[in-house]
Amino acid sequence: MTNTTSTTAGADGNLMARALREAFYAAIVALGLFILFVGLKTDQNILNELILVQRWGLLAIFVAIAAVGRFLSVAYIRPWAAARKATRAAAPAREANFFVRNFSMIAVAFLIIYPPLMVGLFGVQSSLKWVDNFGIQILIYVMLAWGLNIVVGLAGLLDLGYVAFYAVGAYSYALLSSYFGLSFWLLLPMAGILAALWGMILGFPVLRLKGDYLAIVTLAFGEIIRLVLINWTAVTKGTFGISGIAKASVFGIWSFDVSATNNFAKVFGLPMSSAYYKIFLFYLALALCMLTAFVTIRLRRMPIGRAWEALREDEIACRSLGINTVTTKLTAFATGAMFGGFAGSFFAVRQGFVSPESFVFLESAIILAIVVLGGMGSLVGIAVAATVMIGGTELLREMEFLKHIFGPDFTPELYRMLIFGLAMIVVMVWKPRGFVGSREPTAFLRERKSVSGSFTKEGHG
Amino acid sequence: MMTKDPILKVEHLSMRFGGLMAINDLSFEAYRGDITALIGPNGAGKTTVFNCITGFYKPTMGMITMRQQGGKEFLLERMSDFEVTRDAKVARTFQNIRLFSGLTVLENLLVAQHNKLMLASGYTILGLLGFPTYKKAAAQSIEQAKYWLDKANLTDRADDPAGDLPYGAQRRLEIARAMCTGPEFLCLDEPAAGLNPRESLALNELLRSIRKDTGTSILLIEHDMSVVMEISDHVVVLEYGQKISDGNPEHVKNDPKVIAAYLGVEDDEVEEVIEEIEIIAETAPGDTH
Repeated sequence: MTNTTSTTAGADGNLMARALREAFYAAIVALGLFILFVGLKTDQNILNELILVQRWGLLAIFVAIAAVGRFLSVAYIRPWAAARKATRAAAPAREANFFVRNFSMIAVAFLIIYPPLMVGLFGVQSSLKWVDNFGIQILIYVMLAWGLNIVVGLAGLLDLGYVAFYAVGAYSYALLSSYFGLSFWLLLPMAGILAALWGMILGFPVLRLKGDYLAIVTLAFGEIIRLVLINWTAVTKGTFGISGIAKASVFGIWSFDVSATNNFAKVFGLPMSSAYYKIFLFYLALALCMLTAFVTIRLRRMPIGRAWEALREDEIACRSLGINTVTTKLTAFATGAMFGGFAGSFFAVRQGFVSPESFVFLESAIILAIVVLGGMGSLVGIAVAATVMIGGTELLREMEFLKHIFGPDFTPELYRMLIFGLAMIVVMVWKPRGFVGSREPTAFLRERKSVSGSFTKEGHG
Repeated sequence: MMTKDPILKVEHLSMRFGGLMAINDLSFEAYRGDITALIGPNGAGKTTVFNCITGFYKPTMGMITMRQQGGKEFLLERMSDFEVTRDAKVARTFQNIRLFSGLTVLENLLVAQHNKLMLASGYTILGLLGFPTYKKAAAQSIEQAKYWLDKANLTDRADDPAGDLPYGAQRRLEIARAMCTGPEFLCLDEPAAGLNPRESLALNELLRSIRKDTGTSILLIEHDMSVVMEISDHVVVLEYGQKISDGNPEHVKNDPKVIAAYLGVEDDEVEEVIEEIEIIAETAPGDTH
């Protein structure tokens, strides 16, 4: 077990025999599982008769995958993992390398040079995809997940309806800008404030609820907002959504409207392209993300942030220390919702179109999954998780070569949920507390030691 | 006994849970600067009294008055739990330790200074903008935490998660955390439960020094008679939600009703028990039981 290189040939043969045996069992189990699902298929022939299609080849592939996978796992992967674990345990704890220590700095620097880099690599027009679909999309979800992190990760209040605040932010901008013609820079803070207000409105009635009950009520709240948006057609235009939302401008100095005299491209004598607007939006999203991170980091070191974390750990103890848990919870809801509102108004200005379809429960679930996958409370972990999950979705659209393998009918996007399900299970088995499971203390006397995830609680209310 | 200044007055306190009368018309006083012990057999209603005093339960009947140093009076039965700590300055610990296990020892003590820091940070807004008032208050709060870390002998573990501490240290930390709220009256629910004799001794030291250095009055529930008899100035004995004895440790120790309650004898046997006690007291003067 300790070292595979020193195992004798006898032990090796033993392992192979065991691997073969287990592979055989796996094959039998797979055969039993799939024979009716995969091996046989009911279909209608041209005469509308029910016929049984036999797919033994496909079944054989399934069984073979199970057997080979089991064989490889037992014979090679497990001994290798055990050996690696042993060498790791033997080796003294290494000093984290430069990259790991300065990860967030390097990441921010990379994001700042990202749009010019893409323009340089792919040209102005082709960089659109990388800046917009990957860059902005990921940054929106980073912002949302960091906002939800305040509610779920810090205060430990499970919120399944977070997308409601995203919707409030998006519709605040869409409605107020199309009805009253207010500018983005005025409406951005307003959307945040309105979302925070709705956060409090949600917070008040549900403060007594804990855990699962709270989750259900927040879920319902998210649905209520969506249904109101669908049915209040006089204002929101229902499922048609609101289109033609005004673009943002660079603080009113340069506009991105094609007809405007102070159009960005015209002023600088550049060829007309929508890429400039997207690059501007990218930096705007980055700035909003930085604001969210800055405020979150600052808040954690404030009494209110510590009270949130204390609330997650033990609510009764909080009350015994004179902390008003009602206002503490409300501020957590409001602050989280405010960042959701910022993200929402940004989303509206980027899309130029909002409809209730963008704010379904699946969005809440994805945002929550990002927070959990990243490690509750950790900004870096959440940013990495957002990149993996959202970037992964976009990447699947790019997988054209898969069509050559699975045939022209194969659309990889349709499998993304399946792949995400698998990926999440793998990550949760490998790192049950998310990518970054430990917690950084907010104050220290001698040295800053991160707190292992086994001590922190997930919160129950 | 000379007349003492009561810090906490419990009058005609009753607490009913459905058909169960957990506390029945209980009245007692705790005096300023004293360590008052609340003892009684299991299920006597001690923790219920605690929860009523600290606002975690609303009593069915009765009045609980807390009189602060300046003469300001608070009716605790009308206040909610966090107000009892914040305004009336009554802090408490729990029978089953309730620390913030994922926060470090230092952070636990900082959370306890929440209200003070909230005010200094202008309800977060000034602090968020980096005003110096908050920085000063934050530095002060760390000094305050250091003081209590030192008292509770936890300075070496200040940066470790609270959940990582051994049991005895967790007990001390919980007391230190309660003290960081700046209380005038400290309620301890079985602080010595689960401690070994050495830790128990250290706890006695801690409680004495709390009283000596901060003038905080203490009310404690305890089963460990060595702690109760050693450090308390005043003992109140409960049985079935009623007070059966009240006085200094010596008086309570020899009260036949108390002995009966603890040893479980019939009423008519009490006389015999008194005789026995007298004999025991003569032969082994240090024994507490």
